[in-house]
Amino acid sequence: MLDDPKPTKLVEIDNLKMHFPIHTGLFRRHTGDVKAVDGVSFDIFEGETLGLVGESGCGKSTCGRAALRLYDITDGSILIDGDQIGDMSQKDLRTKRPTMQMVFQDPQASLNPRMTVQAIIQEPLDEHTSLSASEKREKVLELMDQVGLNRKFAGRYPHAFSGGQRQRIGIARALALNPKFIVCDEPIAALDVSIQAQVVNLLEDLQKEFGLTYLFISHDLSMVRHIATRVAVMYLGKIVELAPREALYAEPLHPYTKALLSAVPEPDPDLHDTMERTILTGDVPSPANPPKGCNFCTRCPAVMDICKQQEPDYREVLPGRYVACHHYNEVQTAADSTAASEASDQQSLSNTKNDQIN
Amino acid sequence: MPNGAQPVLDVQGLKTVFKIRGGEVHAVNDVSFDLRPGELLGVVGESGSGKSVTMMSLLGLLPTPPADVRGGTVTFQGQDLLKVDAETLRGVRGGKIGFVFQDPMTSLNPVYNVGMQIMEPLRKHMGMNKKQAAVRAKELLELVGIPDAERRLKDYPHQFSGGMRQRVMIAIALACDPQVLVADEPTTALDVTIQAQILELMKDLQERLGMAVIWITHDLGVVAGIADRVLVMYGGQIVEQAPTRELFRDPQHPYTRALLKTVPRVTGDREERLAIIEGQPPILGEHPSACPFRDRCDVALELCAKQNPPRYDVGNGHDAACFYDARTGGPRDA
Ligand SMILES: Nc1ncnc2c1ncn2[C@@H]1O[C@H](COP(=O)(O)OP(=O)(O)O)[C@@H](O)[C@H]1O
Ligand SMILES: Nc1ncnc2c1ncn2[C@@H]1O[C@H](COP(=O)(O)OP(=O)(O)O)[C@@H](O)[C@H]1O
Ligand code: SF4
Ligand code: SF4
Ligand SMILES: [Mg+2]
Ligand SMILES: [Mg+2]
Repeated sequence: MLDDPKPTKLVEIDNLKMHFPIHTGLFRRHTGDVKAVDGVSFDIFEGETLGLVGESGCGKSTCGRAALRLYDITDGSILIDGDQIGDMSQKDLRTKRPTMQMVFQDPQASLNPRMTVQAIIQEPLDEHTSLSASEKREKVLELMDQVGLNRKFAGRYPHAFSGGQRQRIGIARALALNPKFIVCDEPIAALDVSIQAQVVNLLEDLQKEFGLTYLFISHDLSMVRHIATRVAVMYLGKIVELAPREALYAEPLHPYTKALLSAVPEPDPDLHDTMERTILTGDVPSPANPPKGCNFCTRCPAVMDICKQQEPDYREVLPGRYVACHHYNEVQTAADSTAASEASDQQSLSNTKNDQIN
Repeated sequence: MPNGAQPVLDVQGLKTVFKIRGGEVHAVNDVSFDLRPGELLGVVGESGSGKSVTMMSLLGLLPTPPADVRGGTVTFQGQDLLKVDAETLRGVRGGKIGFVFQDPMTSLNPVYNVGMQIMEPLRKHMGMNKKQAAVRAKELLELVGIPDAERRLKDYPHQFSGGMRQRVMIAIALACDPQVLVADEPTTALDVTIQAQILELMKDLQERLGMAVIWITHDLGVVAGIADRVLVMYGGQIVEQAPTRELFRDPQHPYTRALLKTVPRVTGDREERLAIIEGQPPILGEHPSACPFRDRCDVALELCAKQNPPRYDVGNGHDAACFYDARTGGPRDA
């Protein structure tokens, strides 16, 4: 991919929104929405791995699932391999499913305990292909080889396998229909440290062999640095920064990315003594009631007045580097930004007036 | 760290076995360590390595059966905690030895407000009346950095975020001025930003209150940040023990060395390919008669399959349970 001057976009997501309605009271009235994903845009190039990081509850899983249309999305456009699937009917989606697959966090919960490994891996073949029984059996065994599972165990049940092996079963199943795009949702989070590297190396090998494109969701910033080509950082339903891996880790731009990276405990006692740490105070606000202005303003160490009034634009501030933060509106000088904040004060005042009039 | 001082807690030859259908699980095998006054002892190891069972055994928290604490001594304030009567042990637990577990939701009672739950040990172990306990409870919440402490005493556990609940748990553990605090993966379920807050709090509290702490984690990064000394557990045994800096500078056990190589980092050089540890952790079906790491070890010797290595002193307060000498690259001279 690196030699390719013009990489092709396999996935193009624009202004994706996924809101979950909140119903309360005796009559289950619709009283609000959990804005789990609230207007995110990103592309994924063919053959690359886009890492998606952020604290729990920030909307990573919802984003991954919505991108595969496992939900009826609230808004936005999803182009995968040339097809607009954002508003595609379930019937048409069925024919599209083989190209896009998912690997889940908890291999225990995502595998049917009453099915043999053979049956689990074969299920997508039953659903989507017209292969004969013996062809399917052969394909399953081939898949087991590819993910490093012993063929002899095809007749066993998931509980007889370790966590790492169960994750291999999940991966084999996701590969069954020769997909192009796989969303990996925290695929190593439930695994022990000594097993994580085994699974990550497998994912990398498979990517090379089959030219796969990954959206790799994880809260583990060190593993994402290892596996991702580019990285998107999410906070409270929005992407706050997206950059090539090297640039993001060498010089994070968004205050949230900086804080997140500085909170990672590195296995190096000397580093702990010398490192400048930004300790964020407080917790992530509720996505049902995000703060006004920049959604990070309640915890941001670099917060300014304007941040509490006006949402920053998500824009390309350097080639390939996207940030949503008022500090990177390079057209604004310090004086301008004061002006901008005054302007927005006035604007919000006039909004209030309008509200009263209405 | 005051070296040579009388340890506050001294564990020798601890052995715990679970009886299960069709056999046994030898969860903790001949574990020995001491805890020195004012130190923070980190215990690292992957899941199933015996970290929790070790601590639960010494606090008498395991249901027997299925657990059977088959051997060892646990000396605390001149008494063997494995021999004292249940009453005395209850007095020590939550009193002079405080503990915090991974999931505060299961250890906090959802039907009582947190004030009641902090006051309970104060009244039980410290003989305080209701009013005194209420004052102290508020101080404790302030100590662990919960804003608006007085009002929050009336809140129920579900009204706190994960990080705040863990602070409440720490407040309860600290209620009776413990000499020892045992914290079992208290930050594992938290986000890194919240974990960083709790680690900072812990370091600060430990300095101010001068207690000794045992901090269990599976994360080498966490011990690097807060521990004075580290125990590495694998397969129910302590495989390496060293002062923190020494352990990271010069790891001796093949498991520790492999573990340090397999975890990627956010700083420094990025590795093109992750180093892996082949295979799986051992199944602890019987009393080990060989090195628990031998199937995964890339420097295993013939001897390793025949005997379980003892812990060899390698100098600088550092020991490793391994027949192979990482410094010479050959078998250890016996
Ligand atoms: N089906 C659902 N109904 C209502 N709320 C949901 C649903 N799924 C997720 N959420 C909420 O959306 C937010 C984002 O969740 P999620 O995407 O799982 O975050 P992450 O994967 O980053 O931890 C959370 O507040 C979560 O509680
Ligand atoms: N109640 C139990 N019954 C049977 N085996 C148990 C029980 N509790 C723990 N074990 C076993 O004891 C071993 C050590 O477990 P534990 O101390 O919880 O590991 P760690 O805390 O290091 O993850 C594991 O093999 C585990 O399966
Ligand atoms: S816009 Fe303001 S509050 Fe938001 S990240 Fe930037 S400086 Fe912080
Ligand atoms: S005792 Fe032998 S098998 Fe065990 S870690 Fe040392 S060299 Fe490897
Ligand atoms: Mg998730
Ligand atoms: Mg444990």
